[in-house]
Amino acid sequence: MDIYWEPVWLTLKLAGLTTVLLLVVGTPVAWWLARSTHWVRQPIAAIVALPLVLPPTVLGFYLLVLMGPKGMVGQFTEQLGLGLLPFTFEGLVIASVIYSLPFTVQPLQNAFASINEQFLEVASTLRASPRDRFFSIVLPLARPGFLTAGVLTFAHTIGEFGVVLMIGGNIPGETKVLSVAIYDHVESLEYAQAHWLAAGMVVFSFVVLVTLYSLNGRLQSGLVK
Amino acid sequence: MAATGIKARFACKVGTFSLDVDLDLPGSGLTALFGHSGCGKTTLLRCMAGLQQARGIMRVKGDEWQSESGSRPVHQRPLAYVFQETSLFPHLSVKRNLMYGYRRIPQSERQITFDQAIEWLGLSHLINRMPEKLSGGERQRVAIARALLTSPKLLLMDEPLSALDQSSKREIMPYLEALRDNLAIPMLYVSHSTAEVARLADHIVMMDKGQVIAQGPLQQIMARTDQPFGLEDDAGVILDATLSERDKRWHLCRADFAGGHLWLRADENLAIGQRVRVQVLAKDISLALSEQADQSIQNTLPATINEIALEVSPGTSMVRLLAGPTPFLSRLTSRAVHSLDIAPGQQVWMQVKSVAIVD
Repeated sequence: MDIYWEPVWLTLKLAGLTTVLLLVVGTPVAWWLARSTHWVRQPIAAIVALPLVLPPTVLGFYLLVLMGPKGMVGQFTEQLGLGLLPFTFEGLVIASVIYSLPFTVQPLQNAFASINEQFLEVASTLRASPRDRFFSIVLPLARPGFLTAGVLTFAHTIGEFGVVLMIGGNIPGETKVLSVAIYDHVESLEYAQAHWLAAGMVVFSFVVLVTLYSLNGRLQSGLVK
Repeated sequence: MAATGIKARFACKVGTFSLDVDLDLPGSGLTALFGHSGCGKTTLLRCMAGLQQARGIMRVKGDEWQSESGSRPVHQRPLAYVFQETSLFPHLSVKRNLMYGYRRIPQSERQITFDQAIEWLGLSHLINRMPEKLSGGERQRVAIARALLTSPKLLLMDEPLSALDQSSKREIMPYLEALRDNLAIPMLYVSHSTAEVARLADHIVMMDKGQVIAQGPLQQIMARTDQPFGLEDDAGVILDATLSERDKRWHLCRADFAGGHLWLRADENLAIGQRVRVQVLAKDISLALSEQADQSIQNTLPATINEIALEVSPGTSMVRLLAGPTPFLSRLTSRAVHSLDIAPGQQVWMQVKSVAIVD
């Protein structure tokens, strides 16, 4: 039984951790992208969107090289005494954060950009400092954006395959996530097991999307409740 | 003036538009910033609030908000700002909108209580609603109450009525009048509507192309013969008058002002003793050299010619008269001025064809 549940648990852990990290890291990035008029905004936006267009193997390849013993990141982590990141769960988390970055940043950026600037001006005339305005006005008004970003990031991380294969390999309990497990089963012609996991993924993804859409609909009208 | 009034000096450029003003404004009452759209009145108000960056000086009753060496951020200025469009936070109820600014000022600075603001603006039945369930007029009343609840030292209003329909305007006007009369807070009110200015303002600043072209007490500015905007049709004076007598038979009321009285139509619900603002347009005053009994016009007043501006536009002249201390304007054809052969200092009779309470 553990052989089934281990990859499921590992996948959920990876996706959950990635989502939390990305919401923390992605929020300031998205806010800056939505507000800045600096010329570096466009290049930065392009870098954030790169994982959307690059084949996952390309991303995985460069991460592998960078985090490997000869890469800059690899040498740095070894100096810190952390060892090398490829083929570890931590390495997988870092790769997922980069891979799913646009799925967090873009919905948030859209949500921030659609907030009427005047609400922030009004808040400032009502004695709210910039920080105060962000927490009392921006965050609540961008709530649907946060929900979309969170769910998309979570779901996208669960579905990742190429990057995991390149950087994580196939170590049970450490890097063997669902998508890799399914691939494994198919390789060894265990179609029944592959079916269980694959069908589970289909159902899960469907439920997640239905929940997202109905929640978002309710949130948008719920803003006024 | 410096310690009790408002000092505002700004210079800034936005695209091809440049603002350049240096104002000393009274520290009480309602001052209207008046002019055509695009004249810079809203930009000036935003500069005063600190919402727009500009070089300059802003001092309110001796309190320095901005000087050449630095500027306080908006949220550290004791001001309130009422925006043109509805600006209520859509995710907060009316009550929480009202509390937003109130909660953010120290208790010791709260001079206006929550209950007072609600009562002044008639909001008690709306308190638990969400902004989208309010009418335009109600929203703007909430916005005004929310602004007042920060106990500001200066209340800035940027065309607060312009986004409203006629009936909502009429609904809010009395609230604004009451605030003007009862609050000790100076108010700056941006408007391009002559009617609003005539009804609300004590003091007026006229702007054009980013510059101040005239300023002073409303009555004096309105009675200038050189109307800054060539508003000949709308030119006319505003009088502060008191209703003193009602003639039930002819449905008329007598309005006394410094220098005389006028009979006018007044609503049944206006009480004797009530103060009203009366507008007399220049085109509704004609002049006669002697008192004429055999004519239809009921309001005739003796007055002294004060100033004659010939040919303010082709064929038209503007005459300024004084009835006691109160100035009036009369618009005549230049031929009439010539044939009457009038001159400053001369006694004449004003025949006032039409008088209206401003609302």
